[in-house]
Amino acid sequence: MDLEYFLELFLGGLVKGSIYALIALGYTMVYGIIELINFAHGEIYMLGAYTALIVASVLTVLGFPHLSIVVIAGLAAVIYASAYGFTVEKVAYKPLRKAPRLSPLISAIGMSIFLQNYVLLAQTDKFLPFPELIPEFEFWEPYSHIIGSPSLVILISTVVIMLVLTYIIKYTTMGKAMRATAQDRTMAMLVGISVNKVISFTFIMGSSLAAIGGVLVASQMGQINFYIGFMAGIKAFAAAVLGGIGSIPGAVLGGLVLGMTESLATGYISSDYEDVFAFALLVLILIFRPSGLLGRNTTQKV
Amino acid sequence: MFKLSEIKKSIIVALWFIFLTFPIMVIKVNTIDNEIIWRWHNMFTIGIATFTLSLIWRYFQETEGSGQKIAALFTQNPLTRNIKRILSSSRTTKDGVIRESSPTIQRIFYGLLIVVALVFPFANDYQTTILTTALMYVILGLGLNIAVGLAGLLHLGYVAFYAVGAYTYALLNMYYGVGFWVAVPLGGILATVFGIALGIPVLRLRGDYLAIVTLGFGEITRITLENWDALTNGPSGIAQIPKPGLFGMELTTQQGIMYVYYLAVGLAVLTVFATYRLQNSRIGRALMAMREDEIASQAMGIDITRTKLTAFALSAFFAGVAGVLFAAKTGFINPQSFTFMESAIILSIVVLGGMGSIIGVIIGALILILLPEYLREVGNYRMLLFGASMVIMMIFRPQGIVSNVRKVYKIDKGGQK
Repeated sequence: MDLEYFLELFLGGLVKGSIYALIALGYTMVYGIIELINFAHGEIYMLGAYTALIVASVLTVLGFPHLSIVVIAGLAAVIYASAYGFTVEKVAYKPLRKAPRLSPLISAIGMSIFLQNYVLLAQTDKFLPFPELIPEFEFWEPYSHIIGSPSLVILISTVVIMLVLTYIIKYTTMGKAMRATAQDRTMAMLVGISVNKVISFTFIMGSSLAAIGGVLVASQMGQINFYIGFMAGIKAFAAAVLGGIGSIPGAVLGGLVLGMTESLATGYISSDYEDVFAFALLVLILIFRPSGLLGRNTTQKV
Repeated sequence: MFKLSEIKKSIIVALWFIFLTFPIMVIKVNTIDNEIIWRWHNMFTIGIATFTLSLIWRYFQETEGSGQKIAALFTQNPLTRNIKRILSSSRTTKDGVIRESSPTIQRIFYGLLIVVALVFPFANDYQTTILTTALMYVILGLGLNIAVGLAGLLHLGYVAFYAVGAYTYALLNMYYGVGFWVAVPLGGILATVFGIALGIPVLRLRGDYLAIVTLGFGEITRITLENWDALTNGPSGIAQIPKPGLFGMELTTQQGIMYVYYLAVGLAVLTVFATYRLQNSRIGRALMAMREDEIASQAMGIDITRTKLTAFALSAFFAGVAGVLFAAKTGFINPQSFTFMESAIILSIVVLGGMGSIIGVIIGALILILLPEYLREVGNYRMLLFGASMVIMMIFRPQGIVSNVRKVYKIDKGGQK
């Protein structure tokens, strides 16, 4: 077995997995709080990437320096994705809090179709080249055959984001309110937590993470279109379920396991069946652990 | 009519949406020539549109229970009430007594329906084709309704069984020259086998875990079909699937379309009949009991394993049959016809129509399939409107168009009878 090849695949899987984890966090946080599979989450990811592309192009034409373009485009992506996430929740999910369980799901699927076509109509159905926001660093040149600079940036930024997220959820007031709401919404309301604010905040956080993921992937892949959110969304959802939906470390673990499996399986078995491996792994794990790797085993009560 | 504060709020909403849609709607980049196109007029359109919509929204929020009122417009007007009365074999009058509705009216209604269905294809080929498609979705919707509506199993990979049916016919025909009439039961049976094969590993899963595994199953099936070039021709699909034969007669294209239409009508009617009988059967009641409470139904002596597998198998069967019909109708299939979107649309049919309600699913299928067809006039906006109407529908009537009314038995306390 070629060690370098393995290392390449391993790191590739790690990069892929960390992106899945970023998006999966959005799913899992929303699910933890309102028990909804937010199908429009992938679209938020796509919108983040689009906003970055548009802002970056405008700034390039206006002649801004590269570094400021990266910062402004990234910020714009995060702000806009959060705004979209916030609005989607207010429009499509909030009126349905008390509805039967499948209704918000259908509403989410509808929202997903709507957003896809909105971008398709307002922009284009073709693939757009995405500007290289992350440059090839010179000092990294000697190692770039193992892992390229964009991948390195992805890895580092995901780790940083995860740490920040952990801090927010563990130590800030909002984070505590989030955990309380996830545990018991009625009780949280009784102790004076504004549940609506918590839900909005969750959507904003999840969407920002998705936007960061979108921008990172887009600048690595080099092109985007209106449909990229769909597969990314489904994969991330699978990752969230794999780790145990509702569990935040679970989403990260699920993302990494999924990314790694895909990368290794495509490298050693066949590259045509990339998505099959991902889902087959999901099915296999769920057979043995029906509530995911880190999910709580809930006992059924009558 | 509107208070000043409400207008102010609407202005804020409009401004918010202008901000929100600004990069996507106003700016368009031409990445090749590095040109930026500014479309300022879009900004004004968005502003005015969202302002108006927000006012309307507020107006409805103001009037208490407006959702019910809007829904009532559709369900409580004399026309729909009468249709309902005709369709249901019994009805409850105001004082809670169940009466059989007049059989003559019912007979006339069904008679008319049959006549319309039979005469319809003579009008126009295009109309016939889209109605055939809609009928296929009626079959699919009713099939999925068994799993989702009756058994409460959230199934997001239903399209896989549809694909199994379609490919059964296409492949058997390509390799062995098997005809349509043999393929119909074979496709159904093979899909059933797939349904059971899916059912076994997911027996322990519930709710959203089940949803993602079924979704994964659907994707696995599609990707396998796409990549197994040797067997399935891969992404390019299988062409020249023959139309169903009619005792060896040669049919012209137009006659072929009509024939397939009649087949679709026949199969749809059979499906309606089968699901109707199923609902009121022992199995149907077991499915519903399982939906309500798995453990309680187990305590009542229902074999959960068997009931779940039955639900998967039965619902898969209809998808298989619909798949064979689909292959025969279009004469060409490729994996792109079996994406997740398709599963989502079938699920929407069930939920939009009203889970568990047969008539609701039929109406749902007709609306969801025919609407985008007729919206073709609106061109590219149809999928946009489709998505938006799904959201709006759920907000105003989450239980679906025809809510499944439970059977209620009222005891006549007067003791007169």
